[in-house]
Amino acid sequence: MKLSGAQILLESLKREGVEVMFGYPGGQVLPIFDKIYDSDIKFILPRHEQAAAHAADGYARATGRVGVCLATSGPGATNLTTGIANAYMDSIPMVAITGQVKSNLIGNDAFQEADVTGITRPITKHNYLVKDVRELARIIREAFYIASTGRPGPVLIDIPSDIQLQETEFIWPESVEMRSYKPTYFGHPGQIKKAVKLISDSKKPLLYIGGGVILSGAALEIKELAEKLQAPVTWTLMGIGGFPATHKLALGMLGMHGTAYANHAIMDADVIIAIGARFDDRVTGRLDAFAPGARVIHIDIDPASISKNIKVDVPIVGDVKNIVGEMLEQIRKVPETSGWLKAVDALKKKYPLKYSKDGEHIKPQYVVEQIDEATGGEAIITTEVGQNQMWAAQWYKYTHPRTFISSGGLGTMGFGFPAAMGVKVGCPDKAVFDIAGDGSIQMNIQELATCVCNKINVKVAILNNGYLGMVRQWQELFYKRRYSHTCISGPDFVKLAESYGAVGIRVSKKEEVRPAIEKALSINNTVFIDFRVEPEENVFPMVPAGEAINRMIEGLA
Amino acid sequence: MTRHTLSVLVENKFGVLARIAGLFSARGYNIASLAVSETMDPAISCMTIVVEVAEEKILEQIKKQLNKLIDVVTVTDFTKKEHVNRELLLVKINYSSKDKARLESLLNKYLGKVVQRKDDTAIVEVVGEQQQIKQLLDALNGFGIKELVRTGKIAMA
Repeated sequence: MKLSGAQILLESLKREGVEVMFGYPGGQVLPIFDKIYDSDIKFILPRHEQAAAHAADGYARATGRVGVCLATSGPGATNLTTGIANAYMDSIPMVAITGQVKSNLIGNDAFQEADVTGITRPITKHNYLVKDVRELARIIREAFYIASTGRPGPVLIDIPSDIQLQETEFIWPESVEMRSYKPTYFGHPGQIKKAVKLISDSKKPLLYIGGGVILSGAALEIKELAEKLQAPVTWTLMGIGGFPATHKLALGMLGMHGTAYANHAIMDADVIIAIGARFDDRVTGRLDAFAPGARVIHIDIDPASISKNIKVDVPIVGDVKNIVGEMLEQIRKVPETSGWLKAVDALKKKYPLKYSKDGEHIKPQYVVEQIDEATGGEAIITTEVGQNQMWAAQWYKYTHPRTFISSGGLGTMGFGFPAAMGVKVGCPDKAVFDIAGDGSIQMNIQELATCVCNKINVKVAILNNGYLGMVRQWQELFYKRRYSHTCISGPDFVKLAESYGAVGIRVSKKEEVRPAIEKALSINNTVFIDFRVEPEENVFPMVPAGEAINRMIEGLA
Repeated sequence: MTRHTLSVLVENKFGVLARIAGLFSARGYNIASLAVSETMDPAISCMTIVVEVAEEKILEQIKKQLNKLIDVVTVTDFTKKEHVNRELLLVKINYSSKDKARLESLLNKYLGKVVQRKDDTAIVEVVGEQQQIKQLLDALNGFGIKELVRTGKIAMA
């Protein structure tokens, strides 16, 4: 059967099981959009290409499936790049499709031309410029395979508009065979044995889990391992949801804004079992002071993540779920940890996570706590970046994987709202909250139109403090309160939401917080809640940049 | 800084060199020399990359990051391997017939030869290890070097 490039694209997406795409039309994708007109794949039109990429990313994080976004050449493609880089840093499976100028115009500085494969090379796991329509089906097949296997990541396919029109026989490759790409899924038996011995002989073991646990679907195995060893568990921002926050072995998040007891505990551990985490600088603080007494077992699917930042005693390359499963079978002798758990509990009592409840203003932490209670901890939370993100990480009790959706590695303001759209499209039965700041919500606020138009019912809790709060906090603590351009104004969020056809609620008093959340949840529409919160509230604890992670600023007496 | 020779087999596709070069520049690694050519299998190219690193850890990262590139088939590190390595040098020197004996004895020693003579210059070709080439260049300085070009190292175990 002869099909055009555009038809091949849509047929291939269908065969890959794509149920929704987020995209924006333009001159060099007209042939594709003409076929989308007849396609039964759901299509969401955001109001900015960046939002298309974030929505695809959010969809992927919440569902575990590959997110798909689409944009035209030149500016359409460059607008995607922040979203692509965001997915790349957090290893999110995504396929981005861009139109390109006609093959014979490439390199001619044609209208809306940009070297998109060149621009996205360092922010994609792989990318393709399609030069022959006969290669298109294979390329799409490979792109989905690469995006979703090994350490996942975004893959971009750049398709010149003439290729979209050319016809060829459609041959769908049944399997993918790439000699140069063969991810390792099973851990080396010798290494697993070494790790098991080290764990059995440990006295103060600690699990440090990251986004790899979520990506690999290993939450059950982690819980089993922690309970079997009776070892405390701490997690990175990306690892939130990988272990229930309500569990007695849970230490919460570690690192720059982690709990003090997690940071102290990891410094005291004798064996750290790092699982799908990468010892990021926000986690380790000053490297040479990080967990000096600990032997480190590092399980990761990406060999390049191992021994990149800290020296690892037992590296195990492979899929976290497989390897932890294998370890569970092999561990016969469990360490005696009752003394260690007592010490950890003492740390929890000595350094609880807390905030001052004094003052007339609403505390942002309180808002997050109330969202947690009102949703029974069962909502999917997305965040923007900054204080809102850290409070959302600290004060909501996540008990399932894929319920905390946040820009970890890249730290992209403007991520949370479009990501929430993608989450809601992927998980229509879940309550979806974007915990936002008044700064970051303004970076993709145009998506109100998309939400209303497509009846994507998300709730946005704006922790409105009139500042770019996290930067202001750094200015307060390290730049003598010289608030250089961090005082920011915004629109009347209530009226703005209403003008888009959404619902706006303003909350200025503490007693209005819970009712406003309940009301928002009861409304079958997108709701902006403008919480007027304490303007100069800080996120604590805080490890100053470059300090050892047990040298925290506590904030409160 | 120490030098290490890596032999990298890659898919022979457009853009692969840019991926490799981009990886080095994005992560701040130094390429000392680079030689690229097709192999027996026209679908695969061989890149011999000489890298300069300050510590072993960086060399490990370079190898791992290279391996992560989808188009990279294999990475071989010759650092601790017995191997043969060669570089080709073309050098244009000032030359007149009175220099003949002096040049010939030099070229005999380094297995070089004159591949072109024009007016008062000669182009000398020599293949050897980098150390030998350096020594020859030092010696040829006496004639006056007008121009030189080197291929960069290639290696085989």
